This record gives sequence, structure tokens and C-alpha cells, in this order.
Amino acid sequence: MTTTTAPAAGAVAPRHHTPVRRPSLLRLSTVEVRKLVDTRAGRWLLITIGLVTAAIVTLQLIYAKDAEQTFPNFFVPSLLPVSVLLPVLGILSITSEWSQRTALTTYALVPRRERVIAAKLIAVMLTALASVLASLVVAAAGTLVASATGGAGTWQFDWSLLLNAVVIQVTSVLMGAAFGLLLLNPPLAIVGYLLLPTLWGVLGEMVKPLRGPSEWLDTSKTMEPLFSSDAVTGEQWGRVAVSLLVWMVLPLAAGLFRTLRREVS
Amino acid sequence: MITVENLTKRYGPHPAVDDVSFQCEPGTVTGFLGPNGAGKSTTMRMICGLTAPTAGRATVSGHQYRDLPNPGREVGVLLDASAQHAGRTGREALTLSAYTMGLDRREVAAKLDLVGLNAVAAKRRVRAYSLGMRQRLGLAHALLGDPRVLILDEPANGLDPEGIFWMRGLLRDFADRGGTVLLSSHLLREVEAVADRLVVIGGGRIVAQGDKNELLAGGGTVVRARDGAALRRALEVADLSAADSSEGLLVQADAEAVGQAAADAGVALAELRPASGGGLEQLFLTLTAGESTKEAVR
Repeated sequence: MTTTTAPAAGAVAPRHHTPVRRPSLLRLSTVEVRKLVDTRAGRWLLITIGLVTAAIVTLQLIYAKDAEQTFPNFFVPSLLPVSVLLPVLGILSITSEWSQRTALTTYALVPRRERVIAAKLIAVMLTALASVLASLVVAAAGTLVASATGGAGTWQFDWSLLLNAVVIQVTSVLMGAAFGLLLLNPPLAIVGYLLLPTLWGVLGEMVKPLRGPSEWLDTSKTMEPLFSSDAVTGEQWGRVAVSLLVWMVLPLAAGLFRTLRREVS
Repeated sequence: MITVENLTKRYGPHPAVDDVSFQCEPGTVTGFLGPNGAGKSTTMRMICGLTAPTAGRATVSGHQYRDLPNPGREVGVLLDASAQHAGRTGREALTLSAYTMGLDRREVAAKLDLVGLNAVAAKRRVRAYSLGMRQRLGLAHALLGDPRVLILDEPANGLDPEGIFWMRGLLRDFADRGGTVLLSSHLLREVEAVADRLVVIGGGRIVAQGDKNELLAGGGTVVRARDGAALRRALEVADLSAADSSEGLLVQADAEAVGQAAADAGVALAELRPASGGGLEQLFLTLTAGESTKEAVR
């Protein structure tokens, strides 16, 4: 690269422009959504989420009993693998700024870091909602194919399942983002996110005195009722809330504190 | 306009930046000089709100950086050309920032053109860029919002001689049109050629600052006569201290005083001129001697 261009006269003249407004949160969120898809890593993560959803439905079309090929039965199983992948998206959205060192640019353009973080959280939550939409679409396609190939193909659907799905995906992506904010390093955050709750689950099984608390603190246990077609009781929602307080709200608050104070270099 | 007042940054007991104050006026290029680890980058990061100072403050166009509503429209910042996502194309990196600042998309193409990154280069991922191309992309990024102030950390790094010459012209032009430029470097020639003012930092402290010509005049005067001994006596009589150098006698006084001293003693001069060649380099080395080694063992 040796080509040079003589600066055209006036091309770099500092302009005296009218007072400028700060970028809106909507604008910042749009930028963050774009950052999720404009790299190969981000794009492939999203494509993988879509493919996994489609694969689950396809497997059920092949192997599930005809009577079980209903819309809810296509929809619910597709949620679990996606809820494992979404946190990785949340983690990468936050931590890639530090690992790729783009934080230097991002926070120079928007020195109020809390606004960038808010925009990132909005962006990953929108992605989680989009994944639920994708699950619905793929499940609908599965149901259509099932009714054409001799499966039950029934559409009966309890709308509370949709609420559960939204809660599952939005909280899982936020839990990932919270770990990202707290640890600020992609491998560390991914390992931490996957390992800590699992470790806690194992301990809860092994150590008797921990069994009681783990009913309230192990997200894999507290979220379980959300994956079933049965109505979720008040106490079960309470357990979901308590476990999320520990694994989502606390790391989010501590991570925000850390990110706001951290030196960008 | 950049104002830095008593900026200090400590990491533990060690001060990385120690009570640094200076001003950059509109219409000037300020060269920020110092060996590696002297505190240039830390100072610049504090100006841009990326590092919280332990004490002191800095303002850009009268505001603390954090309080600028849309900083990219006021200050163009290039702190590290390698701080770009390796997986994004050059054009995409600029597009993200242009959208953040609320700029027209045409600005992206215009600035890529300005820094000499052609369409092929703009479509390549930053991973494949040479350091020189990254610097050009970083400059395009700094100029994107048509700012009035530029803060550039080692922008000449990795540029070829032609690129350095081009950048010099760009910065000179920017300042001549009323812009403010703060430019750090350890490449002394680069700064000497473009700066109006110099701020020299060593070991976290400012060791010299002022008008470039004034600082260079401090380099002394070179004088030579066929009768060296007579010249030496003449200078002694005039109470001017002289030292031997490869070019003649180096006198710590201006040319007028030296010429007068010689004339008073009736000594014919063969040469009389300000010690300019490498003057800044000497100044720089003297002022920061020892500091860089102290930094290296930190």
C-alpha cells in the first residue's frame, strides 16, 4: 500500500458546525445490533442458533411418534439448545470490545459507558426475542409438514408457553452478558458462565446441607418448570426470581461497576 | 483548544504522569515528545476520558471530555491504530462510527479516499492490513466527524516516508485552517518538521515546553574561525562558555552575541550559525537522559 493522495484543499478543514446532539439510545442499540452480525464469528453464532432450531424439529419429524408431532412439542424442545448458545452471544457482545480492543474507539465516541452497555443489553435482548420468533416459525413449519405426512399436526398451544420461552431466552442472554461484564475476557467469561452454575448443581447434589438452597439457587433446577407444558406455580416463579437475582442481577450490577471504572487501553 | 491542568496518574506508589500541565491553541500543532513509557499515552487517555486521573483535569474545547455531547464531532482521536476488530472490514469499522456520530454515509467513502485507502483495501478485513494501512484507517476515523481538535498518538508509526510526508501536510493544513493538533511521537524528525510548539515529557514529568524555535535556539550557536585559539580567547573575554564539537565551537549564546565578541577581539569568522542540525535531538536526549532506562526497569 504505497498510494498516497494529496489532501484536497479544504478537505480536512475543521468546520464550525452547529451544536451537535448526543446519539440516542436507539441509535446506539442499532449500532450494537450491527456489531453482532458484521463479523464472521457473530454471524456464524446466529446461523448456528437457527440451524440448531431447525435440526431439533427435523429430528422430531423423523423420530417422534405421530401423535406427539404437535406444535408445542416442536416448539419447546428447540428452546434448550438455543438457551445454551445465546449466553455466548451475550458474552461476546460485551467482551469482544476488550479482546479486540475496540473499547478504545467505542468509549472515545461515547464516553458515558453506561449508555453503551444499555445499548448492548438491548441489542442482545432483541436477539433473544428474535430467537423465540425463529423457534415459533420453525415449529410452525414442522407442524405443517407433520400434518402432511401423517403426524398429529395439531396447533393447540398454551400462550403461557410463549411467556416462558421469552423469560428463558432473555434471561439466559442477560446472564451471559452479566458474566461478560464482570469478567471482561471471552474465554474466562464463557468458562465461568458454563462452569459455576454446573459446579453449584453438582455440589447441591453431593452435599446434603446444600440441597435445600440449591432448589432456589441452581438455575438449571429453577428454570426446569418453564420447559414443561404444566402451569408454573407462584413458588416456582419465586425460585426463578431468586436464582436470577444471584446469577443475573448481582453479576450485572458488579460488572457494570467494574466496566465503568476500568481503564481503557 | 486542549487544556491540561496538573494531570497526575499513579499506579500504586509509582506516578506514571506527574503534575502535567500544558495548553494546545487553535491553529497550532503541538508535538508531544518523550521516550517510550514517559507517560505520553497515559496523558492522552486521560484527556479522552478513558483513564481516570488521580488528580488534575483536562478539557477539550472548554469541556471535560465526558461532557462532550457527541465527542467524535469535536475531537478526532487516534490512540492505537491496532485497536480495531480484526474481523471487520475497514469500511465497516468507519461505518459503525459514522452511524454512532450521526454522519452521512458518504463521509465514510470521502475519508477513506482522503487517506488513500482505495476500494479494494476498504473491503478487506483489518486483519490483513499492514501497520501503515491501519494508521491510515485510524486517521480516516479521527477525521470522520470533521472535528476541530485532533489527538493522535504516534500516528507516523508504520507509515512509509512518503506517507509521513503526506501526513505532515495534512496536519499542517488542518492547523492552518484553525484546527488544534496534539501529536505524540518519539520520532523527533517527524515532530520537528510539523510542530509549532513542543511539550517534552520524561518519567511522567514535563521537562520542557514552549515554542519550537525558542526551544531549538537553546541549542546554542556553532562558530568557527581559522585562528581557533584567538576565537576561544575572544569568547572567554566576552564571558561566553564554549565547547568543542565536530563542526566547530558550540557556544551557549545567540549568534549576535558570538559575532560581537569575535568582532570586538578582531577575529575573522569562517562560520557562524545556530546549532540546528539535530538540535532537537540533542535537546531531547539531554532532557530525557536516564528517564527511559528508569522506565525500562519498572
